[in-house]
Amino acid sequence: MDNILTVVDWSRWQFAMTAIFHWLFVPLTLGLSVIVAVMESIYLRTKSEKWLTTTKFWMTLLAINFAIGVATGIILEFEFGTNWSNYSWFVGDIFGAPLAIEGILAFFLEATFGAVMFFGWGKVSPRFHLLSTWLTAIGASISALWILVANAWMQYPVGMEFDPAQMRNVMDNFWALFSGVAINKFFHAVLSGWALSGVFVIGVSCFFLWRRSNREFAIRSIKTGGWIGVAGLLLCMWTGDGSAVEVTRTQPMKLAAMEGLYYGTSGQSLTVMGIVNPDKRWDNDEDPYLLDIAMPKGLSLLARHDMDAFVPGINDIINGVDIVDGDTVNTVSYAERIERGRMAQKSLREYSLALETGDTEWMQRAASQLSVNYPYFGYGYFKSPADAIPPVALTFYSFRIMVGLGSYFLLFYVVMLFLVYRKEECLCHARWLQIVAMASVPLMWICSEAGWVVAEVGRQPWTVQDLLPTCAAISDIPASSVIVTFWIFAVIFTILLAAEMSIMINWINKSTRKDLNK
Amino acid sequence: MTLEFLQNYWWVLVSILGGILVFLLFVQGGQSMLLSAPDPQWSQLMISAIGRKWELTFTTLVTFGGAAFASFPLFYSTSFGGAYWLWMLILLTFVLQAVSYEYRCRQGNLLGRRMYDIFLFLNGTVGCILLGVAVAMFFFGAEFSVERQSLLEGGSPVISRWDNPSHGFEVIFSWPNLVLGFAVLFLARVSGGLYILNAVDTTTQFRSWIIRKLWFNTILFLVFFLGFLAILFTTTGYTVISATSLGTEVVSTPYKYWHNLISSPSILVLLLLGVGCVLTGICGTLFVKGYNRGIWSVGIGTFFTVVALFWLAGFCDTPFLPSITSPESSLSIRNASSSEFTLRCMAYVSILVPFVVGYIWYVWRMIDRRKITEADLQNQH
Repeated sequence: MDNILTVVDWSRWQFAMTAIFHWLFVPLTLGLSVIVAVMESIYLRTKSEKWLTTTKFWMTLLAINFAIGVATGIILEFEFGTNWSNYSWFVGDIFGAPLAIEGILAFFLEATFGAVMFFGWGKVSPRFHLLSTWLTAIGASISALWILVANAWMQYPVGMEFDPAQMRNVMDNFWALFSGVAINKFFHAVLSGWALSGVFVIGVSCFFLWRRSNREFAIRSIKTGGWIGVAGLLLCMWTGDGSAVEVTRTQPMKLAAMEGLYYGTSGQSLTVMGIVNPDKRWDNDEDPYLLDIAMPKGLSLLARHDMDAFVPGINDIINGVDIVDGDTVNTVSYAERIERGRMAQKSLREYSLALETGDTEWMQRAASQLSVNYPYFGYGYFKSPADAIPPVALTFYSFRIMVGLGSYFLLFYVVMLFLVYRKEECLCHARWLQIVAMASVPLMWICSEAGWVVAEVGRQPWTVQDLLPTCAAISDIPASSVIVTFWIFAVIFTILLAAEMSIMINWINKSTRKDLNK
Repeated sequence: MTLEFLQNYWWVLVSILGGILVFLLFVQGGQSMLLSAPDPQWSQLMISAIGRKWELTFTTLVTFGGAAFASFPLFYSTSFGGAYWLWMLILLTFVLQAVSYEYRCRQGNLLGRRMYDIFLFLNGTVGCILLGVAVAMFFFGAEFSVERQSLLEGGSPVISRWDNPSHGFEVIFSWPNLVLGFAVLFLARVSGGLYILNAVDTTTQFRSWIIRKLWFNTILFLVFFLGFLAILFTTTGYTVISATSLGTEVVSTPYKYWHNLISSPSILVLLLLGVGCVLTGICGTLFVKGYNRGIWSVGIGTFFTVVALFWLAGFCDTPFLPSITSPESSLSIRNASSSEFTLRCMAYVSILVPFVVGYIWYVWRMIDRRKITEADLQNQH
């Protein structure tokens, strides 16, 4: 096998690249499918042709986006096998189930009724068509539910036990998969899709206004997209708050990295803006920030809903001050975790030998030692506590980009909804406002992707929290193969993304020359 | 429900998904004929017919992957992580397919319609062959070893290792695998032609062109399929003697799959029924004037045949992924499966499968109840 770190790094790059591309398209599908379903519902209720035209316009954009979302998604599922084969065995008994259920319950719903939605105009009754549109939107969300349940489980592994004879984890409680972490993650991700799609609809509609074309169409699109988007954003903020509490409880190291916090205090302040000191490491005395503007007691409030609560930093956690089930406790230091992880692995080795020799007494002894130390199994792969710290700067900045842009978009929605209802003339004539709305569209994607960077980079180096680090999750493949496939998919996805954007722009441009108001 | 029952049940479900997937490859078969259509109007009609179904094939492939992962994770981990290039190339062709239907006729698609048609052709040909190769590994095996203790090796903690440095290219260029790959390709082309005949209101010339293709593809399909059966029934396989946590014991068995066939009447009947239905559908279309419903007979036959092949591979104490280099590492439904708890949970979910099949069937009928005509193409534009 090649240098293991090269294979791990390239496998991570490949997974990150495909996930980032996939997430460019998924949130738009999640949100736009709901917006289109609402528009079609209004059409069916009012029988107004202008709503039919509006529905069909946005449905075309949905179709263009849907195709590439499907294309980029297939890679992700199979990459668990191709690039993370050890992971697939170690936790496949638990992780595989949501993926299979996703296929059975969600993909077929999307594929079957999506075909009716896109190709069924005039072939099925209007009511059945509307039902199909809603079922496609629901199918997309159910699909997201299962994949996010699986993702949340990796970050908060529950409902399983380790089987030493087979050297893998096996599920013992299916319903435990629906933990608070999973539920928060699901709503946060899906509702962020609504928020993103609302901004997209407003941005595109403002392009029509900027072109002085189809004003009525643009206004009704802004109203529909705006309400769904702002509802999504507000609920997204609420679930985001829930996510912060869950992260504090289950992944305090991620929270510390999000904050660039090395030593915590009671009544911990929240860094609103800052520049992380690149020379700062956990084992030196450098200042963590070159510059920071903090909100007093903000982090304690965010993380624990208590302004005076203690929030541990990276060094606190390494030294054994941690949060367990919501309480700050003195727990196991990282040095001890590494030691106990090694002991767990030693016990597992002994268990295997005992199994081979048929020595049941030795097996029981080894199994009992293993179960005591198993919660730290993954730490046994590390040489020093530094190996267990996520990239701080990337997590820190991504978190601020997400929250900063999220706040901007709340203001954006408030202003847009106010203008469209109270100052329509102003919105239709203030070209700078229209340009701001159009320029905001790519910012929403940056916000959305930044959220995933926080979630996924912040949990490094774990594929399964505390149990399996990335370095032990990989496949036995040459780094050269992964490098080649990385570039193949990077080039293809870039071309397809460019094609998608070009097709969308062409369609929108062409539509500005049509009458969409009738 | 015992673990053994659940393992069998899930192998049956995986087989059913495999059977449905190969039937739905009529989409790929149709795609592989697009570039050779002499009249652009015909290729547009073909696209309109199969373009409504591509997502079902795609979804079935993804669900097949998900079901294999959930029920037989050691297979997922070993085959996908080992035959890296085989699976990556399959995925690549499906990525290209997924965008092509929607983008090919759109203005501003950057690559031009011809390039998207080439993507569809690549998926239709290379995709089918490679899927056939992947299934052929179930019989002719691959070079891998499984050592669970490797999990504890700090420098290289990988359980499943591929023993051939080509990482999947060697199985692609193995001729017995390719024989099945080409059989799948030509069967898909047969089904593709039959589906188009059934879904499109064809002119006499268009129908004659498809019938000519059908003759050509049928002959090649029979050559490759019979060739595959000849290789399969004369090949030496393994019989699993025991499969425990300590490992799997297998013995080499000459004519293993032939013995499986004659010792298991249900598989024999299924295979004969499948082949019979395929031939009936093809012959009906070739020899009965105006008969356009051959796709259904061929579809059912394809499904039965594939299920029978999966059962030959996985039942009768046979490892469904034999290891050439380390026979004791061979994967069977006993040593590669998920735990009893997971299989049981998934079995409860699988109760919904008939409901899923039901609504797919209902929608299929609604969309396809009227044949596609050239007038429909005018309306689309």
